[in-house]
Amino acid sequence: MVEVVKGAIDAIFAGLPMVAVVVWTLVKIIAITVPLIVAVAFYTLAERKVIGWMQVRRGPVYIGPLALLQPFADTFKMLFKELILPTNASRFLYFLAPVLSLAPAFAAWAVVPFGEGMALADVNAGLLYLLAMTSMGVYGVILAGWASNSKYAFLGAMRSAAQVVSYEIALGFALVGVLAMSGTLNLGAIVDAQKGDAGLLEWFWLPLLPLFLIYFISGVAETNRAPFDVAEGESEIVAGFHVEYGGAAFAVFFLAEYANMILISFLTTIMFMGGWLSPFPASWGLLGEPGPWWLFGKAAFFMFCFLWFRATFPRYRYDQIMRLGWKVFIPITIVWILVAALIVHADLVQVGA
Amino acid sequence: MTTELALFYAFAAVTVGAALGVITVKNTVHAALLLVLTFFSCACLWLLLRAEFLAIVLVLVYVGAVMVLFLFVVMMLDIKTDSLREGFARYLPVAAVVAGIMLAQMLALIGWNAMLQVPAPESDGATLAGVGNTEWLGRALFTDYILPFEVAAVILTVAIVAAIALTLRRRPGVRHQDPSRQVLVRKEDRLRVVKVATEGKEAGK
Repeated sequence: MVEVVKGAIDAIFAGLPMVAVVVWTLVKIIAITVPLIVAVAFYTLAERKVIGWMQVRRGPVYIGPLALLQPFADTFKMLFKELILPTNASRFLYFLAPVLSLAPAFAAWAVVPFGEGMALADVNAGLLYLLAMTSMGVYGVILAGWASNSKYAFLGAMRSAAQVVSYEIALGFALVGVLAMSGTLNLGAIVDAQKGDAGLLEWFWLPLLPLFLIYFISGVAETNRAPFDVAEGESEIVAGFHVEYGGAAFAVFFLAEYANMILISFLTTIMFMGGWLSPFPASWGLLGEPGPWWLFGKAAFFMFCFLWFRATFPRYRYDQIMRLGWKVFIPITIVWILVAALIVHADLVQVGA
Repeated sequence: MTTELALFYAFAAVTVGAALGVITVKNTVHAALLLVLTFFSCACLWLLLRAEFLAIVLVLVYVGAVMVLFLFVVMMLDIKTDSLREGFARYLPVAAVVAGIMLAQMLALIGWNAMLQVPAPESDGATLAGVGNTEWLGRALFTDYILPFEVAAVILTVAIVAAIALTLRRRPGVRHQDPSRQVLVRKEDRLRVVKVATEGKEAGK
């Protein structure tokens, strides 16, 4: 059904000039970004509710039915606040920093496939593009810390820079395992490589279990979320890199952080959890049908895990974070890349069967 | 002028402008950021050449990792550029000679290549082989050029080992933690529950 509609629309636009292609691409971009922004808004509400329930509190209750209007109240409060430039701050970089943290968080969504062939850009080097985009988000944090002309902000930026660069290596190595197993850099083809008649047992989480865990944990560290949120660490350095930001500029940092969390959840699903494939065998009829709803369901679980971690774990000490990244995760990933290569070489896993 | 050519000139102008900025601006952090811009527009130029693997890896490695560490160091050190600028006039002749020689060499190399072949975008190896740029590069590296590749890898590993060996010093008398022992600690090792007899009138209630 979806394919038919998509094919028809593509056929209509195939005969149109360049301008129409640009307009159609813009429409697709809006179709991804607007739901993403709305998802971020409600994710913040979900975070406060879930953590509230876990801590036997009620969370937000007053604004709207089921507090559903709370995100909008928050947004309008942020937007109407005054933007303050700290004394001797580097004006241009101070205002550039939020944009630099938001742009990669959104740009990465260009290659994320939501279903069979349903990606904005179905590029062959999709995996590399994702790595490049996620590694650029740290500039927003560093520049925010430096341009604010504040010691707390600067400490947060330095912590974040070292942490993100360290965990990026583990993150990249975990994806090398996926690459070795699937034999492709195209995200859609990676999901296709996890197809099979045994449902969820065919997905990459099973042969690549250590890489799967390391990818998700490194993803949590990469997004500077609890228990790795030392870049903010309110009990140590107030709010870290965004301590001097308020109003709309702060909201942009917030948006980027949550968009990155949602992105990591989707990527974990696509790389290790079979993307839009059904966890049940194809012979189970409707339950065995692949579809975008599976992707969203699985991603929602990982998004919930982010909140779960935040409510459960105490914050890591900084030296322990670095030790975990360099001395635990990176060696394990290197070993498991070799194991993955051997598995592929020995044909132990049927890819895409 | 085709779109591709227009894009080339746009990115090339940004690259040259940013590269000039790197060596002319006073603020070192601004210089490092301009270098990031140079790398980025260079990557765009490579994308125009359909070398998407190199372009993305340039962004991934140089922009995403190397320049972040550069910025880290530049921000931490707070370099005073005034003292660095003092010998500018004195070293100018030497620098001019070196730059002149390098320019001559590059022009000679480019001229030689231009004489040997006419570069056309359709004649690159990936298109001829009918596979993606990344796959073609991977096959070339790991089959035809496996020996140089391995040698480069070994040299880089040696460099890492040397860098660690140079910075790793065992200083006596420094107290440090052993996290593997820390996580192995048990409640019985640290905690002793002592029964203390209660006192006073309220005792026993």
